[in-house]
Amino acid sequence: MSATDEGLHGHDYDDLAPGDEPPAEGLGAAVRGYVLGFILATALTAASFYVATHNVVWEPSAPAALVTLAIAQMGIHLVFFLHITTGPDNTNNVLALGFGVLTVGLILGGSVWIMDHLNTHMMTLQSLPAAGGAEMSMKP
Amino acid sequence: MTDAPATPAGAPPASALARRPVDPHALGHRTHGGHHGPATGHGEGGPASKRITVAYGFWLFLLSDIVMFSAFFAAYAVLYREYAGGPTGRQLFEIPRVAWETAFLLISSFVSGLAAVAMQARNKLWTEAALLVTGLFGAAFLFLEMKEFAELVAAGAGPQRSAFLSAFFAVVGCHGLHVTAGLLWLGTMMAQVWVKGFRGTIQRRMMCFLLFWHTLDIIWVALFTTVYLLGAGA
Repeated sequence: MSATDEGLHGHDYDDLAPGDEPPAEGLGAAVRGYVLGFILATALTAASFYVATHNVVWEPSAPAALVTLAIAQMGIHLVFFLHITTGPDNTNNVLALGFGVLTVGLILGGSVWIMDHLNTHMMTLQSLPAAGGAEMSMKP
Repeated sequence: MTDAPATPAGAPPASALARRPVDPHALGHRTHGGHHGPATGHGEGGPASKRITVAYGFWLFLLSDIVMFSAFFAAYAVLYREYAGGPTGRQLFEIPRVAWETAFLLISSFVSGLAAVAMQARNKLWTEAALLVTGLFGAAFLFLEMKEFAELVAAGAGPQRSAFLSAFFAVVGCHGLHVTAGLLWLGTMMAQVWVKGFRGTIQRRMMCFLLFWHTLDIIWVALFTTVYLLGAGA
C-alpha cells in the first residue's frame, strides 16, 4: 500500500482543508460524526415533508417554516459532512463561505425584490386604457 | 553596510547570496519546525500543504458553483407563478417521488462520507464498496428525475410550455447535470483508487470529489424545499 506523507491526516495541523475532520478524531469518531449528521438531516427532511403535506403549522407560516428547516439542514450538512466549522483552523474556509452566502443573498434577494417592484408598478395589458383613453395622461 | 566589511558597496550580489541562509523564513520547513503556535490562518509557518491548498481551491469553485445555482433559483423565484394558462406546480409535482429522490441522495451523500473514512483507514475494499453504493444511490436518484422529466414532457408540460416550467427545468436540470457529471467522476475515482491506490494525488482527487458530492446534496435541499414543497403547497 502506498501511503504517502500527504495522507488525509498528516502531522501538521495548522490549517484544515474543507472536508477535513478535526485531527483528534479516530475512525470510530469519524463514523459517528457522519451517522449523527445523517440522523439529523433525515429528521429535518422528514419534518420538511411533514410540514408540507400535513396541516401542522398555521397555513401562511408554512413557507417560513420550510425555509427555516432547509437552512438548518444545510447547516447540518456543512458541519457534519463538509466539516466546515468555526474552529480557528477553519478561518479561511468560513470566510469563503461567508462571501458565498453574501453573494447568494444579494442575487436571490435582489432579484426577487426588484422583479416584484417591477411587477407591481408595471401596467398589465388589461389595465392599459382602451383606445381613446390616452388623453387621460395629458391633463394639465 | 557596516556589518559587511568584506562586501564593498556595489559588489556583485553573488557573494551576498552565498552567505545568506537558503531559506531565511523557513518557508520550506513547515513540517520539521514543530509547532508555530496555535495561531492559524494568519500566514504563520509558511505555505500550506498541497492537500490544504487543493481542497481550499476546490471549495472556492464549489462556492462559485453555488452562486451560479443561486441565479437559477432567482429566475425560478421570479417566474414561479407565470403559468401562462398551463399546469401549476401543485398539479404537476408528486411529493412521494420527491421524497424518494431526497432519501436516495441523502443516503448517497452519507455513504460517500463513509468512503472518506475508509480511505482514511487505507482500506481499498471498503473504499470501493462505499463508492459503489454511493454511485448506485446517485444513479437511482437520477433515474427518478429523468422519469419525472419524461413524464412531464409527455404530458405536454415541457420547458416550452410556460415561463414557470422553463425555470423549473433549468434549475432542476442543472442539478441533474451536476449529478451526472458527479457519477462519471465517481466511476473514474473508483478506477483510479483500484489501480493507483491511495497515493497523494488520488487522495486529493477523492477529497475534491467528496466535497462536490456533499455540495450537490446541499443544493438539493434548497431545490426540494423551494421548488417542490413550496411549489406543491403554494
